[in-house]
Amino acid sequence: MPLQPLPKVPSGVHGLDEITGGGLPRGRPTLICGGAGCGKTLFAMEFLVRGATEHGEPGVFMAFEETAEELAANVASLGFDLRRLVAQRKLAIDYVRVERSEIEETGEYDLEGLFVRLQYAIDSVGAKRVVLDTIESLFSGLPNPAVLRAELRRLFRWLKDRKMTVVITGEKGEGTLTRQGLEEYVSDCVIFLDHRVTDQTSTRRLRVVKYRGTTHGTNEYPFLIDEGGISILPVTSLGLAHRVTNERVSTGIPRLDEMLGGRGYFKGSTILVSGTAGTGKTTFAAILARAATERGDRCLYFCFEESPDQLVRNMRSVGVDLKSPVKSGTLEIHAARPSTHGLERHLVTMHKVINQRRPDVVIVDPVNNLVRVGTLLETQAMIIRLIDFLKARGITTFFTSLTGGGDDLEQTDIGISSLIDTWLNLEVVKNGGERNRTVAIVKSRGMAHSNQTSEYILGARGVSIADTYLGVSGVLTGSARLAKEAEDEAAARVADRAIVRKQGERERRRRQVEAQILLLREGLDADDADLAGAIQEGHVRLQAETLRMAKSRPAFVARGHRGKAKGPGVRKRR
Amino acid sequence: MKRRTSATARQKQAVSAPPERWELRLYVAGQTARSAIALANLERICEEHLKGQYHIELIDLLKNPRLARGDQILALPTLVRKLPAPMKKIIGDLSNEERVLIGLDLRPLGREGT
Repeated sequence: MPLQPLPKVPSGVHGLDEITGGGLPRGRPTLICGGAGCGKTLFAMEFLVRGATEHGEPGVFMAFEETAEELAANVASLGFDLRRLVAQRKLAIDYVRVERSEIEETGEYDLEGLFVRLQYAIDSVGAKRVVLDTIESLFSGLPNPAVLRAELRRLFRWLKDRKMTVVITGEKGEGTLTRQGLEEYVSDCVIFLDHRVTDQTSTRRLRVVKYRGTTHGTNEYPFLIDEGGISILPVTSLGLAHRVTNERVSTGIPRLDEMLGGRGYFKGSTILVSGTAGTGKTTFAAILARAATERGDRCLYFCFEESPDQLVRNMRSVGVDLKSPVKSGTLEIHAARPSTHGLERHLVTMHKVINQRRPDVVIVDPVNNLVRVGTLLETQAMIIRLIDFLKARGITTFFTSLTGGGDDLEQTDIGISSLIDTWLNLEVVKNGGERNRTVAIVKSRGMAHSNQTSEYILGARGVSIADTYLGVSGVLTGSARLAKEAEDEAAARVADRAIVRKQGERERRRRQVEAQILLLREGLDADDADLAGAIQEGHVRLQAETLRMAKSRPAFVARGHRGKAKGPGVRKRR
Repeated sequence: MKRRTSATARQKQAVSAPPERWELRLYVAGQTARSAIALANLERICEEHLKGQYHIELIDLLKNPRLARGDQILALPTLVRKLPAPMKKIIGDLSNEERVLIGLDLRPLGREGT
């Protein structure tokens, strides 16, 4: 490894710099090869245009196949205005036409004319970048390949000496990268473009075959050509280094917030709602969208089943107003049939819109419809990329996933459950001639969450989650729940009445006791009166007796008086 | 730019041949040995076959690089027959006279009179 890292120039092609760790090798040639229609010329043109407009490096486009006018027309659809760039002296286009029939070889020659033209073009704009598209056509135009090969070798040396960053395009050959073996001359960086059709859907792919002196991503990366130029998706290189937050966002359903530790989803987490048809996945999504927009967050809704209008109308029926956020621009609904594009196009479109709009919440409804476009493996890879991409930006992501009937409900058919932070499972419970909906939290990373399966009701005012009743066969739903509720209410009333009755009884008993106490006291008082009467009587008799005795024996008078004094003391004690 | 016009001389061949005007351009890059050979070859061939009828324009692309574009010059030296139409291009140092004659659509001398 060299101590001095290889100097690189930003290619200007979205995503390529991430794969190559900074761009194309500065001052060296890069070969872009691939079959017909794989996007070589556009790639090369974008390299020049971005260089000229964004990196202050004017460029020369030496075209061997198309005239300057044709080129300008071809890339106008990508938003490149070549005429203006030429007028601003940021770009020089030289069309080199070689007509075999017009040329007669009469002796020794070289391609100095090409060098002269290149030098002139480079000098005219002060170019730092050069594109040769496709220099191979010289092989068919010039009679002597030996001379041509020697001259090409000289040309690349010449370009290197002038420190030009060069992109050369080359047509794919049979079993070789290019038909004329251009890779022999360009050994620094070779990028291969491929355009293939699988199941009637076309995908473009890019691979860095070789990049001398530097590490690079070696995978095949899907790329797209659209009105913004070329975009490559190197998202697999992102890894798991995103920052997380403790901030929470409401689900839009208070009871569901409660079930999720009282505060809803984590901001920036990935949420999956799975369920069979008609379980209300879209409604949960719409409610989240509404809650987000009401908070003032921006929300993007990717809809693969309904048109935006249909979604807005349908959600109005459950009292979720999406129209006003759509009008105010906080909610954007992007609807597309999955089969209209290849997977990559979907992914790139989503990337682009997300990069443009910078939303806080992204909803993909339903995510597994995309499987119809690609293979399971591809879709899985795409979703992983999308999740990485969104996580890296701290965007709360909400996927819905349709579970087919008969499948294990706690499994997504695209096998992304392990990537999900919070997973809600919606089910339809058939019981007592009814279909009722339940919601359960399968998992929710990093927060305490309810373990209960709860019934929820789709009403005119959205989703409301009912109290949980457990019956013999699990959670009671629908009428069974209502019956249970009624039963509970009746039982409560019975209990209330029993208490009232008991209170009455006690009061009566108290009154009885009090009456008895009164009676006893009266009896006692009567006794007292009797006793007093008797004592009085006794006294009188004693006095009479004493008097009588005193009359007969006077010496006993004093004693008799003492006995009389004792009398009141006894009475007091009673 | 360097102009060399041949001395007005009568045609060697039959007077009946229509007096055609030959406009030739020889593109070179600098005073290299190869450009010198090409020019010498051209002048010799013209004197021999087109005496009095031709006009050679020598263009040095090192001095006038922008002219390379107009005639789509790539290989050097290149001889362009501007007139008579159609335009013809011959590359190389013109040392293969037979091929030059074919390239310029000049019939070899032997057959011309017949």
